[in-house]
Amino acid sequence: MQTQLYEIALTWQGADMAEAAENRSQKPACFQEIILRLQNYWAAKGCAVLQPYDMEVGAGTFHPATTLRALGTRHWAAAYVQPSRRPTDGRYGENPNRLQHYYQYQVIIKPSPPDLQELYLGSLRAIGIDDALHDIRFVEDDWESPTLGAWGLGWEVWCDGMEVSQFTYFQQVGGHDCKPVSGELTYGLERLAMYVLGVDHVMDMPFNAPDALIPLTYGDVFRQTEQEYSRWNFDQADTDTLLQHFKDAEAECQRILTADTTDSAGRSIIMAHPAYDQCIKASHLFNLLDARGVISVTERQAYIGRVRALAKMCADAFVQTEAGGA
Amino acid sequence: MADLLIELFSEEIPARMQAGASDALKKLVTDGLVEAGLTYAHAQAFATPRRLALAVQGLTEHSPTLREERRGPKVGAPEKAIEGFLRSTGLSMDDLSIQDDKKGQVYVATVTTEGRAAPMIVAEVLERTIRNFPWPKSMRWGEGALRWVRPLHSILCILSREDGAEVVPLDVDGIVSGDTTRGHRFMAPDTFSVANFEDYAAKLKRSKVILDPSERAGHIWNEASQLAFAQGLELVEDKGLLAEVAGLVEWPVVLMGRIEEQFLDLPPEVLQTSMKEHQKFFSVRDPKSGQIVGFVTVANRDTADQGATILAGNQKVLAARLSDAKFFWDNDLRLVSDVKLEGMGAGLSDVTFHNKLGSQADRIDRIAALAREIAPLVGADAEMAEQAARVAKADLRSGMVGEFPELQGVMGRYYALQGGYAPEVADACRDHYSPLGPSDAVPTAPVTVAVALADKLDTLTGFWAIDEKPTGSKDPFALRRSALGVIRLVLEGQLTIPLKLYLPVQLCEHLGISHDMLDEELLDGPTAEDEGLSKIMKIKAGFEKGLFDEELALLGLSQVLSDKKRALSELESSNILLQRMLESAVGLTSFFHDRLKVYLRDQGIRHDVIDACLAMPGNDDLTLLVKRAEALSDLLKTDDGENLLQGFKRANNILTQAEDKDGVEYSFGPDPKLAETDAERALFAALDQAEAAITPAMQSEDFATAMQAMAGLRAPIDAFFDAVQINAENQILRRNRLNLLHRIRATCLQVADLTKVSG
Repeated sequence: MQTQLYEIALTWQGADMAEAAENRSQKPACFQEIILRLQNYWAAKGCAVLQPYDMEVGAGTFHPATTLRALGTRHWAAAYVQPSRRPTDGRYGENPNRLQHYYQYQVIIKPSPPDLQELYLGSLRAIGIDDALHDIRFVEDDWESPTLGAWGLGWEVWCDGMEVSQFTYFQQVGGHDCKPVSGELTYGLERLAMYVLGVDHVMDMPFNAPDALIPLTYGDVFRQTEQEYSRWNFDQADTDTLLQHFKDAEAECQRILTADTTDSAGRSIIMAHPAYDQCIKASHLFNLLDARGVISVTERQAYIGRVRALAKMCADAFVQTEAGGA
Repeated sequence: MADLLIELFSEEIPARMQAGASDALKKLVTDGLVEAGLTYAHAQAFATPRRLALAVQGLTEHSPTLREERRGPKVGAPEKAIEGFLRSTGLSMDDLSIQDDKKGQVYVATVTTEGRAAPMIVAEVLERTIRNFPWPKSMRWGEGALRWVRPLHSILCILSREDGAEVVPLDVDGIVSGDTTRGHRFMAPDTFSVANFEDYAAKLKRSKVILDPSERAGHIWNEASQLAFAQGLELVEDKGLLAEVAGLVEWPVVLMGRIEEQFLDLPPEVLQTSMKEHQKFFSVRDPKSGQIVGFVTVANRDTADQGATILAGNQKVLAARLSDAKFFWDNDLRLVSDVKLEGMGAGLSDVTFHNKLGSQADRIDRIAALAREIAPLVGADAEMAEQAARVAKADLRSGMVGEFPELQGVMGRYYALQGGYAPEVADACRDHYSPLGPSDAVPTAPVTVAVALADKLDTLTGFWAIDEKPTGSKDPFALRRSALGVIRLVLEGQLTIPLKLYLPVQLCEHLGISHDMLDEELLDGPTAEDEGLSKIMKIKAGFEKGLFDEELALLGLSQVLSDKKRALSELESSNILLQRMLESAVGLTSFFHDRLKVYLRDQGIRHDVIDACLAMPGNDDLTLLVKRAEALSDLLKTDDGENLLQGFKRANNILTQAEDKDGVEYSFGPDPKLAETDAERALFAALDQAEAAITPAMQSEDFATAMQAMAGLRAPIDAFFDAVQINAENQILRRNRLNLLHRIRATCLQVADLTKVSG
């Protein structure tokens, strides 16, 4: 297995050089081009290019393609864009780089290949960051997600002093040791794109090509939604309803996982994913409650603990399934 | 002789771990080599972001062959015993010799441990080092089980001699040792082989890697200073940042930029914090104005445009951060002008300090009340101290501190000045957190001292009241630091703060002990005269009435255990809260005493000397306690002091034995008329003289004089023991002499409890 991996790695690197030379000449022109180039790059490197998960999540890591697939022994390689929601970061579309809804680009490869750093640097070249001109640095940053019961070691990657990505070797998820270890890359797409495109305010960033028939900026697409969601997140979301939904999601998650694994037709099916959906829901509801300012400092820890307990149950269930390597 | 070169090449090692890791590599490998029987002349370790390296010079080629004779069983011993001996030595019957012994003839085995060649030992030691490396945090990667700080990619391990280099063969979980390494990640990524350390360092430099961290730091410092100097500016020194930055680059390229005009009026602390914490920039100052006007960033590569792109990028990131800071600064200033610090801090009632200790606002109320009480003791105006305490934490709600928590206090001062508060109040806002560490400066401005003491005492009593004390290495609320802060504030300010009053009063706040309860318990109900007494006065009255006697509340528990039980049981029946308050006060006082011991030990005052002084009344006054300890410590360093101590101990031992035997206490007072010898009479006279000097000296807390007077007893006591037999035949004489010993003991114990001093 080890040899085979090295061969894959070598092929990846070989392809990389040619591509880099090709990309160095042309800078991307808009936000979506950066996404497309990342998609093409990681597709060429052999990742399954997935689509965003169809639920509200706080970060790309929550996508089951990362959280759950990091567990168990089966190999895995995926890349995807994930819309991410952080209600407390909403600024009514006024702040140059803070948004309550933004995009992350997520790559996960299990086991982490020996040349993951080189692969990553290749992706920066692919989106027009020439490392002969820029100063790229791997600066210590340990990653921990208290809600997922997960942690890993790695870096934040700096380009000329700006953080452009998170690079993590997962050590634990849902309380389980990751064996093998997954390598995870997370790009904050807006910030990275603003840097590459030389834009100072996110709302001014070209979304599609500036010479398109109907050129659109990021603001054209998202300014109004940022305003609407900021108001709802901070002032209007009904906290009693949110609290009730939190409890419901928690109860449903627990119920799904404690249900008999054998169905009425005699099939044995563990419902790890539906349960995990409820866990994601609970997590997002917690973030909304937090934005509404109704969670005190002490209660905070208790809520995080409740979501973590769900994540742990889901992880326990997933490793009993086929995809979980059982 | 051979030279050993090791390099462990990995993905980027956190800067803060590099120095510790290169030290550990050197220690583990050299210790291992020596333990295995090799010797070496010199060893030096290095770290860069991607490698740990160790060069060991003059390593011996073999460990020595060791011959050892082991005695076995007697000739003719049972077969099993002989078989066992052969097994343990790995020899056969023919290898054994027979020697004469006291017991007769015995088998003797000569066990030879062959020396081993250096490569074998090096491989073993290095593998063990890698597998047991003391990283603060380590990880696995890929499918392997090996742990390292980040993925380990290659191991270079060679022994070089005049005739060339030999790779020491080693395979750690599939990573096979060799003689190759790589240069700079971007500028010279290809592998190359090396022959010895000089070759290694030289080729690395050609490959854009400076191996030695101190060389990188020196280069950064020199370049940066020159760049600043060339523009008439100066670099702000920061050794911690320099070491960190040197750990982030293999090929330092120093670039200097200017801070945009629009940000120059931000406070220098804001500029520095923003640049240092987030960007790892050095600050550059204009020596004429003292303003921070520029920054130095250190890149990790040369570029064709001389770093122009890199500098522009960094400048842009900084501008974004500083616009945030400026936004907060302008908003905060506007806010404080409109609603003052009180308005800025209004939201603190929504911030939980600790779920059992209420909100920050609750805490501020308690601190303000205590600061007011303490103010007169530290020479501060009570009104001002209270006001300062009320606003000192308002900046926690400012936008700036929300973004840069490390600027708490610093921003408070700026906002206080903007709000038109007195400079004393503004300084208290900034400095009341100090001292934070053992070497941090101690504030001396009275208003600041009052707030700082109140803040720390409230924290300590609060966590004691809810039973969250530090245990072992766990001190999540930094209570040891708070206690040391109080100790340093009190000692360096030469303050008199009776802890026995101030700990209980704050504990009352935390435990919810009201005025009414104190009236009821301590004053037997409110009377017209007691109206308007502060809680401290009421607690003081409690002491005066002997309700919780001084020893019970504030001395170590062991010596007054029985008293304690009695007193506490009396209280228990009436008020369990008061009992808890007292217990916490006792515990916290002894916590203070423990911290004080640690602090004074660093100042060269022995443990037992402090114990001798802790046993004296007034030990809750730390300044007094330390004065006494210093005087006693000085005394014990003199001949007279040391000999007096011996005389005292002798007197005390004889007396204690006699008292135990006779079952009486010889405290009747000796009669000088019964003195038989000159030595005895001289001792009487000396005691009269000493007591006459000691009593007033103690009253005026002049410990040096008291100690001096006590030391004067040394010669008469020595002469007395030489000339006189205590246990005389004549019982009247014996009793008188024992009473005389008692007087010696009593006189000395007035000054310090010498029974606690060892030696």
